[in-house]
Amino acid sequence: MHIVVCIKQVPDSAQIRVHPVTNTIMRQGVPTIINPYDLFALEEAFKLRDRYGGEVTVLTMGPPMAKQALEKALAYGADRAVLLSDRHFAGSDTLATSFAISRAISKIGRSRTPEIVLAGKQTIDGDTAQVGPGIAKRLEMQQLTYATKIVSVDLHAREIAVERRSEGGTQMLKSRLPCLITVLEGVNTIRRGSIADALRAAHSRIPTWRAGDVGIEELGNCGLRGSPTVVKRVFAPSPRADKAIRIEAIEKDSDQVADDVIALILEHHPALEASFYLNGLT
Amino acid sequence: MEAETKSPIVSRAGAKKELPKHFRDNRHVWVFIETERGQVHPVSIELLGEGRKLADKLGVQLAGVVVGAAEGVGTLSAIAETFAYGADLAYLVVSPLLSDYRNEPFTKALSDLVILHKPEILLLGATSLGRDLAGSVATTLETGLTADCTTLDVDADGSLAATRPTFGGSLLCTIYTLNCRPQMATVRPRVMATPQRVANTTGPIIRHELMMIEEEIVTKVLGFLPDGQSHRINLAYADIVVAGGLGIGTAENLERVKAVAKTLGGEFGCSRPLVQKGWMGVDRQIGQTGQTIRPKLYLAAGISGAVQHRVGVDGADLIVAINIDSNAPIFDFAHVAVVADAIGLLPALTAAFTRRLVPHNQSMQ
Ligand SMILES: Cc1cc2nc3c(=O)[nH]c(=O)nc-3n(C[C@H](O)[C@H](O)[C@H](O)COP(=O)(O)OP(=O)(O)OC[C@H]3O[C@@H](n4cnc5c(N)ncnc54)[C@H](O)[C@@H]3O)c2cc1C
Repeated sequence: MHIVVCIKQVPDSAQIRVHPVTNTIMRQGVPTIINPYDLFALEEAFKLRDRYGGEVTVLTMGPPMAKQALEKALAYGADRAVLLSDRHFAGSDTLATSFAISRAISKIGRSRTPEIVLAGKQTIDGDTAQVGPGIAKRLEMQQLTYATKIVSVDLHAREIAVERRSEGGTQMLKSRLPCLITVLEGVNTIRRGSIADALRAAHSRIPTWRAGDVGIEELGNCGLRGSPTVVKRVFAPSPRADKAIRIEAIEKDSDQVADDVIALILEHHPALEASFYLNGLT
Repeated sequence: MEAETKSPIVSRAGAKKELPKHFRDNRHVWVFIETERGQVHPVSIELLGEGRKLADKLGVQLAGVVVGAAEGVGTLSAIAETFAYGADLAYLVVSPLLSDYRNEPFTKALSDLVILHKPEILLLGATSLGRDLAGSVATTLETGLTADCTTLDVDADGSLAATRPTFGGSLLCTIYTLNCRPQMATVRPRVMATPQRVANTTGPIIRHELMMIEEEIVTKVLGFLPDGQSHRINLAYADIVVAGGLGIGTAENLERVKAVAKTLGGEFGCSRPLVQKGWMGVDRQIGQTGQTIRPKLYLAAGISGAVQHRVGVDGADLIVAINIDSNAPIFDFAHVAVVADAIGLLPALTAAFTRRLVPHNQSMQ
């Protein structure tokens, strides 16, 4: 079985700071990581390879430095990696991103057609959850999003059974290969790659594909030009206009403070008393 | 007022061209009405409220799109709710193939309707269903889609200005869809307010056939396992939410958070690190990667107030924060800032609330 895993290198958003004066993101020194949700997808690919044999190709679209994310994925145990990088892709929104990535997957498929394309459910920087469905649509694959379990794959009958998270429950689905699956968080934990994997990663040469390499002639579908959405402005969340009412209560009697807090709550939201009583009764 | 930057970091707004001719007669605001086993998902109602405002600003009509199985109770009541919450008209696609959610027939139903009736704006809930569907519909129509918006507005020139958190909530950005229609956006549950329900309203219903047969649909639903009703959590819709963060110290101390919530008949929740520690389930997490809440009262104990947490609670009417650190970021957006040790104060709060509640309860008996 051949599995392609789409990953993204993202800034570790826990460490991002906003410049207090200019309101710009201070990226300097912010480490980059593989989008955490993509690691669940990668491990799911390894589990499928354990069960059914085959190989795992990781693919990322990004600037040249995104190669680091691929090296990491190889060290975890991926068989092959491909970087899709071209200035024409800069500024891509989700529609343009899914266009470019789908072309790269088609090219990967020329040597060996993937049965499954895996992706994280979303990224932690864009947070959209749209690129996966976009790729599926463009490749005319079935999309199975928010999968909690890949139950079985029948390579012979070209069938797959998965469980996916849906509103209020779990859906059990049967579908056809090839398909695109996005996996939910927490389905697994990424394994530690072996020393052999680490050595192999260190020695592998990761090819970089440009738009032309994946047969993209329609540059108008790429980057800013191919993106119907544009960011018009970026700004910091507004601080609350009225300053909070403060109760300095360190070392004070808790019971007295509690009464003060309740009095303040009700003063500001008298209607709440009704909610309390109502709830208190049930 | 928003603290705007003088010069936007990214600006391509100047690149706005004339809208291509074939999009110029796109009109009206549409809301996809999501149903969950016969019930309209609350997010769709919230979107009807927001859609109404946009439609009024644009001077166009608001339509609800109902897609589902035969005209059973669910579909009909979804139509009724659509009108009750402000729609002028409804589009209806019914087919046995639409009984359970599947991407293919739903994408076909919604994309066909859009191609035929040309809305200007299409809104969906950012639920697992809505996100799955919105991504494929936008790609099919090759139009822009903005995820998880927190504010929607109409610009002077009539474009949809969709604002969403970016970089994990540290910043907000306003996104436009240029040169493509419809302008699509998803919004998470509880970000928008629930509009007033008006009974006995109705309007035209425009029906559409699903041009598909079961044999064409690749994915089959083998079964559905509903979440246990008993432990279904109503965090997003609770009037009162009490939450604990790392400042609570230990898993045992969380009982103090739960006790306050229980006394008030509210729900309890937590910040993300507690989920990572395994102290609470992920369905109790409040924030960007958890639930968005909109309670009347939010009581946060031992929570620092990181942006990722803040975006989940900004809709609360009254935020009361207890933190030992008088400079904690949560005090920048709390309405009542209590500088105190939460571990000691929580039991005192439970006791004080109980004192207040008991006499009233007794008088009711
Ligand atoms: C991609 C991403 C997504 C995220 N999503 C979420 C999310 O959805 N929800 C979320 O909550 N976080 C989220 N986070 C994490 C977020 O950035 C913060 O790390 C987290 O909210 C901090 O949790 P906390 O306030 O409980 O802990 P801390 O930041 O450790 O704060 C603990 C607070 O408790 C106070 N304290 C200590 N002792 C006491 C005491 N005895 N009494 C009172 N106060 C005390 C301290 O002063 C401190 O302010 C996300 C992060 C990332 C990178």
